[in-house]
Amino acid sequence: MKVQSPHFHDHIPGALADQNLQYALGKLATGFPVKRKEAAAKLPEFDALRDHARDIKNHVLENLDSYLDHYEAQVVAAGGAVHWCATAEDACAEILKICRSVNAKTVTKSKTMIGEEIAINDYLADHGVEPVETDLGEYIIQLRNEPPSHIIAPAIHLTKGQVADTFRHHHQDLDPARALEEPRVMLDEARARLRGRFVAADVGITGANMLVAESGTNILVTNEGNAELTYGLPRVHIVIASIEKIVPTFEDATTILRVLARSATGQEITVYTSFCTGPKRPTDVDGPDEYHVILLDNGRSKMLGSEFQDMLRCIRCGACINHCPVYGALGGHAYGWVYPGPMGSVLTPALVGIDDSKHLPNASTLCGRCESVCPMRIPLPRMLRAWREKAVEAAGPGTTQARGLRLWAWFAARPATYRLVFGLGTFALSLLGGLKGRFRRLPLLGGWTKTRDLPAPQAQSFQMQWRQQAAMQGRKTHPNQDSAP
Amino acid sequence: MTEAMTGGKERVLGAVRQALGRNAPDAASLAAIKDRMTVAAKGPVPVRGQDFGAAAVARFEAEAKNASALVTRLDDVSAIPAFVAGFLADHNLPSHVRIATDAALASVDWAAVAPLLAETGPADPADMASLSVAKAGVAETGTLVLVADVANPGTLNSLPQHHIVVLHADRIVGHYEEVWPSIRQDGMPRAVVWVTGPSRTADIEQELLMGAHGPQMLQILIVGQPSAAES
Repeated sequence: MKVQSPHFHDHIPGALADQNLQYALGKLATGFPVKRKEAAAKLPEFDALRDHARDIKNHVLENLDSYLDHYEAQVVAAGGAVHWCATAEDACAEILKICRSVNAKTVTKSKTMIGEEIAINDYLADHGVEPVETDLGEYIIQLRNEPPSHIIAPAIHLTKGQVADTFRHHHQDLDPARALEEPRVMLDEARARLRGRFVAADVGITGANMLVAESGTNILVTNEGNAELTYGLPRVHIVIASIEKIVPTFEDATTILRVLARSATGQEITVYTSFCTGPKRPTDVDGPDEYHVILLDNGRSKMLGSEFQDMLRCIRCGACINHCPVYGALGGHAYGWVYPGPMGSVLTPALVGIDDSKHLPNASTLCGRCESVCPMRIPLPRMLRAWREKAVEAAGPGTTQARGLRLWAWFAARPATYRLVFGLGTFALSLLGGLKGRFRRLPLLGGWTKTRDLPAPQAQSFQMQWRQQAAMQGRKTHPNQDSAP
Repeated sequence: MTEAMTGGKERVLGAVRQALGRNAPDAASLAAIKDRMTVAAKGPVPVRGQDFGAAAVARFEAEAKNASALVTRLDDVSAIPAFVAGFLADHNLPSHVRIATDAALASVDWAAVAPLLAETGPADPADMASLSVAKAGVAETGTLVLVADVANPGTLNSLPQHHIVVLHADRIVGHYEEVWPSIRQDGMPRAVVWVTGPSRTADIEQELLMGAHGPQMLQILIVGQPSAAES
C-alpha cells in the first residue's frame, strides 16, 4: 500500500465529519477496552505473564541470528522451505514464483498484516493470480477496495448498512431485493460465497502470530476458522512472517498466547490456535503438499540495537489502538499506512522513514494508556517522543517549530526573564479574552481557531499560583528557592 | 535452494548480526538458545490451570460451556454411535458422519445404528457433520487439543458445519503446558489445533455471531472416568 502518511493532516477533517465512521468508533470505545479489563481482572497472574512475555521476546531479540538459523533448519527438517527476503519487493517476487510453479489461478488468504505491508494482493492481481481474502472483515474491505483500518478488526470503520450496500453491489447474482439488515444474514451470505473459493484455491497464504524455533512451527490465531481452511485445503501453504516473530519453545508461545487474546478482544483465548509444521506427512490423507515460509526483514534489522528495539516485541494485539484517544477520534485510515494508532506511529517511521511519516509521532497526547495496556510492556510514549526529536532534527534548524523551540529554550534558561515575560503575557491574554474566557480568532493561530476556540489563560501563570498556594500552606516551593524573589 | 534464496539469507542474517554487533555466529549465543530449548521451562501457570483429576474435568466442562461448546458425558465409547445418531436427528441432518480412523472409533459398532453411515477419510465439502478424537483437553479455558494426522485428518476439524469431538476424561489436564511433552515425544504432526468453542466472528459492528467459516456447532463428548489424582 502506498504511504499516504504525509497527508495525515488532510485526512483529519474528513474523518471527524464522517458520521458512519464516528458511529463505528463509538462502538469500539465501549467494546474491546471493557472486555480487556474484565479478562485481565479474571486472571490474577496477568501482570506476571506480561513480565514473562516481555522477557521472552527480549531474550529472542538478543539472540535473533542464532534463533533464525535454528528455525530455518527445523523448517527444512520438517520438509518445508524458508525464503529469506530483505525487502517487500523480494517477498512479493518469491511468493509469485511459488504461485507460478504450481500454475496457481486463485489464492485464498487468511488475514496477514505483513501481506498488507508488502501489498501482496495488488502484486498478485497485477500478475494474473487472483487473491481472495477469507476473514470476514478482510473480505468486506477487499470488495470495497479499502485498506484495513485496524490490525485485528479490519472493517471496524464500517456500519452494517455500509456492509449491506457493499454486498448488494458485489453479489449481483443474488436477488437485489433480498433482506440484508441483519449481520447474521450478511455473514451467511459471505460464508456461502467463500466455501467454493476455499475448495478451489491452489495456494493458501497465511500470516504467522509466532514462529517456534525449536520445531520450525508457525502459529495462527483466528476466531472464524478461516486459517484452517486456508492452509488445510490447497496444495501449497505459504506463510508470510517477519523476522521478529520468533519464540524459542512451545512453553514460551503458551505464555504469550495467554496474554494475546485477553489484550486484543478480551477473550481468554481465541477459538482456533493452529500450530503448523511442514507439509503433509506421507501417511496423511489431507493437508498441503508444499510448505513455504517467506521470512521478511523490510527494515526490522535496523530497529535491532536502536532505541526502537523494544517495538520488535509487539505481538499485534491492538490493545494500544483500542485505548488511544487519537485513534478513537480518527479511526485507522487517517494514519495513511498499514499500522495505525500508537504502535503504528512508532513502527511506520521505522519501516518507511520519518520523512514520509513525520506527523504520526505527533498523533498522540502522550497520555500513556497505550503503554499501560501493552501486554509486552512496550514503552510507546518514550519512542513517540524519540521520533518527534528525530522529525525535528530531520526537518533542519530553519523550520518555525525549531525556531520556536530555540526561542523558548532561551527563555527557559533564564528563569527571571521567563517569569516576567510569560507572566505579563498570561495577564495580557486573560484581559483580552474578556468575560467569555476564550478566543475565536488569534493572529498566527488560524489553524487552531478555525475549528475550535482557544481558552484564555487564567490571570496568573501556573508558577505564580503554585507559589501563592505554597505560601498559604507555609511550605517551600522548592528546596533551592529560598532566595527567589 | 536457489541462489537468490542463499543471497537473501546472507543479507538478512548479515543485517541482524551487524545490529547485534557481531559478524559471525556467536558461540555464547548458540549455547544460550540450545540451553533454553532443551530446558523448555514453563512460564507462570495460572492457579486456575493447576487442577487435576475430577476437578480438572469439572473445570474443563464449565469453561468449554462458557465458550459456547455443547458438552455431554458418556460412560463408555460404546455409547458413541447412539449419541451421534440422536445428534444428527435432533439437528435435522442427513444420516451421515465423517469419522476419524482413530482406534477408539474403529472399535465401536456402527452397524447397530444403521442406516447411519459412518465414513472415514478426509472431509468432503458436502459433509454436514464430523467426528474426531481429541489428543487432550485443557481445563484452564475448556480448550480441545486436536492433532491433524493420519488417524484424525485435519479437514474433519474445520470443514463440516457440525463437529463432534470425543475427549477421553483421562486426557483432561489442568494447563496447556502439560500437553507439549507428549506431542514432542510423538514427533511434531503437520498441525496441532487448539479449539475453544465453535467458530465465530464480530467483524460487522462487533456483533458476536457463531458459525463463521469453521463449525457452527461444537459438541464435546467426555468419555469415561478421569485419571486418579496425582500424587
